[in-house]
Amino acid sequence: MITIAPGIDEIRARAAPFPKRHFLSVTDLDPVQVASLLDLADDFVALNRQKSKKIDLLKGRTLINLFFEASTRTQSSFELAGKRLGADVINMSPRASSIVKGETLIDTAVTLNAMQPDILIIRHGSSGAASLLSQKVDCSVVNAGDGQHEHPSQALLDALSMRRAFGRVGGLIVAICGDVAHSRVARSNVALLTMLGAQVRVVGPPTLMPADVHRWGVEVHHDLKSGIEGAQVVMMLRLQLERMQGALVPSMREYFRLWGLDREKLARAAPGAKVMHPGPMNRGVEIDSDVADDLSISLIQDQVEMGVAVRMAVLASLAARLDNR
Amino acid sequence: MSPQPLAFVNARLVDPESGYDGPGALIVAEGVIADVSHEAALAGLSPDVRVIEAAGALLCPGLIDLRVKTGEPGSEPKETLKSAARAAAAGGVTSIVVQPDTNPVIDDPAVVDFILRRARDIELVHVYPAGAATKGCQGAGMAEIGLMAEAGCVYVTDADHPIVDSRVMRRLLAYAGALGILVAHRPADPWLSAGASATEGEFAGRLGLSAEPVAAETIMLERDIALVELTGSRMMVDQISAAAPLERLARAKDARLPLLATASINHLSFNEIDIGDYRTFCKLVPPLRAETDRSALIDALASGLVDIVVSAHAPAPAEDKRLPFDEAAPGAIGLETFLSALLTLYHEGRMPLARLIHAATLAPAKAIGLAAGRIAVGAPADLLLADIDAPRLIDAETLISKSKNSAFDGRRLQGVVRMTLVDGRVVYEA
Repeated sequence: MITIAPGIDEIRARAAPFPKRHFLSVTDLDPVQVASLLDLADDFVALNRQKSKKIDLLKGRTLINLFFEASTRTQSSFELAGKRLGADVINMSPRASSIVKGETLIDTAVTLNAMQPDILIIRHGSSGAASLLSQKVDCSVVNAGDGQHEHPSQALLDALSMRRAFGRVGGLIVAICGDVAHSRVARSNVALLTMLGAQVRVVGPPTLMPADVHRWGVEVHHDLKSGIEGAQVVMMLRLQLERMQGALVPSMREYFRLWGLDREKLARAAPGAKVMHPGPMNRGVEIDSDVADDLSISLIQDQVEMGVAVRMAVLASLAARLDNR
Repeated sequence: MSPQPLAFVNARLVDPESGYDGPGALIVAEGVIADVSHEAALAGLSPDVRVIEAAGALLCPGLIDLRVKTGEPGSEPKETLKSAARAAAAGGVTSIVVQPDTNPVIDDPAVVDFILRRARDIELVHVYPAGAATKGCQGAGMAEIGLMAEAGCVYVTDADHPIVDSRVMRRLLAYAGALGILVAHRPADPWLSAGASATEGEFAGRLGLSAEPVAAETIMLERDIALVELTGSRMMVDQISAAAPLERLARAKDARLPLLATASINHLSFNEIDIGDYRTFCKLVPPLRAETDRSALIDALASGLVDIVVSAHAPAPAEDKRLPFDEAAPGAIGLETFLSALLTLYHEGRMPLARLIHAATLAPAKAIGLAAGRIAVGAPADLLLADIDAPRLIDAETLISKSKNSAFDGRRLQGVVRMTLVDGRVVYEA
């Protein structure tokens, strides 16, 4: 596909100031703001496919990637996004350094705040950590995943991937399958997709479903086949092995047999259905390689590409707000 | 030297024993209540009596709080016995029972004695220790509960730690029952509640918090009820918090089993939604429940199904609270806001004033065998005088407790303590 990237001034004009100082949850946005962010992200997709990918919307700005939990994908995505926008980006992984010295999240926040960053991107293993941090710093905070709570930029990139594949998000039947209970990706996606008018189902064994999930405005299915019946999008979640504190499923092979996505089960989905996964995948546990690697049905690589563009849109929008201040 | 005699006139006198709530006057001398009148004024007072014009303010027994944590011994920066006693006095609380899960644990008569000696030196409010039910609050071997009771502990409990082993609990109830010692236990299934910082449901699910179902409390309460039935011993259910366990409690009480139950003022005042944007001051043990549970708890207190209200005062310093919710220490301070928070239930018309006062004075006094909690000639002059309508904005920073983790921070309450008396001595005066 050949696209002509819009000019810098055009992009600058489209980067509407972010509605809030921080981006902690998809509920910080309304559907119009989401659409405008996704439009902006489309521009960045085009820009990112050019040889020269730089645009100086964040020139002079400092971005700190503060990742208490290891993440190659999200961290490099934010890093690239920041660098392509011309910001100075540094990565910190306090797991290895200060936490073992007894420094708390707040201590770290106060220290970093004194370095006058403009945007802090945080990932932390505890729900609410990004919100807590945002109360203690002067800069903007972007939640790149807090415990089992939210991962809002992931939901935006998923929505962008769906919009580009189907031309719309509203009205799509989206089945989110697997470990919903421990998944921040699922929470952010349910909130965003229902806000955009998609019909969302959550699919998985009861032990991997959050309490009262039926009150989230979704259909709940405990059978994968009925859950993906007629769905246009099948989003598989990572079975978070490191989060399994007890025996929530009997075995990996039983899980794959009942809940893993293979071509046979996928045949139940709507014709032309697309498969998504936030990564990293457990091949042969929640998804068969045969499905994951088939580019005619898998959006998994698109999701990674959209990730950079969406994060550029979020950062540019937050910076536009900072510029207005 | 006994303090100057005092006379309170024009008070709204509430006597939890008779249920009287009306005009009254009262004389305090020699550390006890020397005279009580249901008239507003008193005649023939001698000139050396200090007369206090109550102007319609509430005069009732000082509050008796069966569940207070301090940091002494072991974590004095959190709270000392002295700072807790000062907070209590300012809150109209005249007796506090401190929990045994300190460092060292109060599982030895020498530590009981240490607490009592410290309390005597502080000379503010009455401080009574609760002894550990099991050694180190570990839930295995029984602590020396007979020796601790002789030394002055008023009941035994493992505080926040559930006694998981049913055989230990059975023996404890049987043994303590024979010695006339009250056992308190917070019902919580340790597996269902493991790592939980909220109540399972839509709200905790959306916040992504680790949560326990109410069944964790119900299951353990059912076990405890069966063991009370088996042993015939008295047990106090510590901080019952939800509708389902209240139903079980009601059935057990209907069967005349010797059960008492407490509820914390926090669970009567807040629900899970108050956690809001991860407010760690609302992280409590047991976790805050649904609004239907809170409402059922208030009804149970009004009906007498729940006997006693406690403040569940649990100081935690900022460094233990300014953490992500799941990592933060549980608990909230409550001594200085106890009365005002109780009065909310009266102002909202949920129950008569005398019923509320009863649950925080006479009922706990009877549970642990204190002579206080009564308005009667010869009873200890442990009293509070408070303007129950006076508005009050809670600012945690201005509270006396060394830790400022008040769940009521920023709330508007009514009820301001004017004076607190312990054994006829004025220990607080606004």
